[in-house]
Amino acid sequence: MSILQTIETGLRSLLGHRLRSVLTTLGILFGVAAVIATVGIGQASSDSVTARITSLGTNLLTVSPGSTVFGGVFGGGASANSLTMRDVAGLSDRQNAPDISAVAPVSQGRVSLVSTSSNWSTTLSGSTPDWLIANARSMSSGTFITSADVSTSAQVIVLGATTASNLGAGVGDLITVKQIPFQVIGILASTGSQGFGNQDDLAVVPLTTAQDELIGGVGTVQRILLSATSSANLGTAYAEANQILLQTHGITNPSQADFSITSQTQVLSTAQAVTQTLTILLASVAAISLLVGGIGVMNIMLVSVTERTSEIGLRKALGATPGDLFRQFVIEAGALTAVGGLLGVATGLAAGYIVPRTANIAVTITPAPIAIAVAVAVVVGLVFGVYPALRAARLAPIEALRAQ
Amino acid sequence: MSVGVAPEQEPLIRLESISKLYGSGDAQVAALRNFSLRVAQGELLAVMGPSGSGKSTLMNILGCLDSPTSGRYWFAGEDVSRLSETQLAHVRNRRIGFVFQQFQLLPKLSAWRNVELPLLYRNASDRRSLAVHALETVGLGNRIEHRPTQLSGGQQQRVAIARALVTDPDLILADEPTGNLDTAASREVLAVLRDLNQGGRTVIVITHDPEVAPIARRTVHVRDGQLVQQKAA
Repeated sequence: MSILQTIETGLRSLLGHRLRSVLTTLGILFGVAAVIATVGIGQASSDSVTARITSLGTNLLTVSPGSTVFGGVFGGGASANSLTMRDVAGLSDRQNAPDISAVAPVSQGRVSLVSTSSNWSTTLSGSTPDWLIANARSMSSGTFITSADVSTSAQVIVLGATTASNLGAGVGDLITVKQIPFQVIGILASTGSQGFGNQDDLAVVPLTTAQDELIGGVGTVQRILLSATSSANLGTAYAEANQILLQTHGITNPSQADFSITSQTQVLSTAQAVTQTLTILLASVAAISLLVGGIGVMNIMLVSVTERTSEIGLRKALGATPGDLFRQFVIEAGALTAVGGLLGVATGLAAGYIVPRTANIAVTITPAPIAIAVAVAVVVGLVFGVYPALRAARLAPIEALRAQ
Repeated sequence: MSVGVAPEQEPLIRLESISKLYGSGDAQVAALRNFSLRVAQGELLAVMGPSGSGKSTLMNILGCLDSPTSGRYWFAGEDVSRLSETQLAHVRNRRIGFVFQQFQLLPKLSAWRNVELPLLYRNASDRRSLAVHALETVGLGNRIEHRPTQLSGGQQQRVAIARALVTDPDLILADEPTGNLDTAASREVLAVLRDLNQGGRTVIVITHDPEVAPIARRTVHVRDGQLVQQKAA
């Protein structure tokens, strides 16, 4: 029997059992669609985490005090008040640190801001003008704090976009923090980030003001943000900062350092590893549903072989070889999974279009998972089609003819 | 017309000491024992016998649907008793047309699609015209697009005969062709078989219907797996 005839015969028999064929196809359809959609969601969340961390500044190095890693265990961060304004001065020395362009000491705390119309709880940082450069931020209105503000402990405050709108405050307004009045001198441009770690919900005051009146800790800082001159110089900037801090702290053995320096790229790779693990987990669950769909195909093909025993017997009597029948049943199984796979791609793409618009979950569709899901579906169909097809091919014609 | 086997000519069918055993050990049953038979080209042979006599086994062996346990079977001079399943499929497709008691038509296919089936397994072209011609031969030229369920029993069996005929086989092997038919339809079907034989085709009818014997040129009886009597009609 020619292959075209075999395909035609197989398709005719599938069309003869429309409901059953459709239901079997559904199993594969949802498996493929689930793989595409879940990988798409994982891809999108990985992209968004990457974008969010990158928006924090890829040139950024963060110096934290007193965290040590002992025997592979993180030994508690920022427990010591080991970072001082002397460190800040040392790091600001362009002679010793030519690859560091900005040094922003930060003292941070959680405070409640009160405006004339409402109040809002947010993260308040005391810092210096370099904060803006180190965090790669810009102003949408007003000005950032100046060196003069820092040296005079001025009662001025800069607000994030979200904070400002929640307080209903604009440039020039007065708000109070711990019953001390502050004048709003600027609003930061929005980064567009949302949810946990919102970079638009914050407030910045001069470092000295924060230390004197709001957070405390005169002379020490919680963190120092460093900006390398470019992301290519991040490594040398790191080495310079490390050398300067070891010197000012009088430490000769680098393994005993009472500070640590982390870069955003380290945070980024950790975050990417986490989202990748989640994506694999989701995709595995989806792949199992695809496998279940494949077993459904085998189940239906076995039913079909049993039900059509007398037809198989007749075809054998009329001259169908075992090979003819094997090919016919494999093609039937393959056609079921191929159609299910293609409809699954369509459903997956539709989900990729609808889900972001209804459920506020981002989905990024890429070609690779589509190709893999379809290939897996077809392979699954053929593999699970082989056993029923072999049963059909091996039926003895007389036994098969006798079955009614 | 000559009757029986012409000794100087190779017969279409030659069974030599065919045995067919089922089961093993104490449970072993011989469906056929040392069975020998010759059928000449152009014969119309009736094989009769009660249920359990070995008729069905004989039909399976003659139709190359099953291989004998021992003995040899020559079909048109070729030893077919030791062929592989695929080779037997080719012999069935090219040389034998089957007619079954249950008609064995595929209900979803029209008459001509049913008749076309054996042609699909030999890559024949112009299948439709061959199928229509075969249906005309059995008097159903006006029923080619009908489904089996739209036809009477006698008509269905004639479609089955057209299917057996369409490949122009050496042998038409009919297994109880009238078993599911009323008297009038039986006569109709037997008349078609007789006409085919008169056109020169070899026909073997396996039956226990005594109506068949009169149209046969020779009748053999099978009992307990053995040939008990040969009678020329």
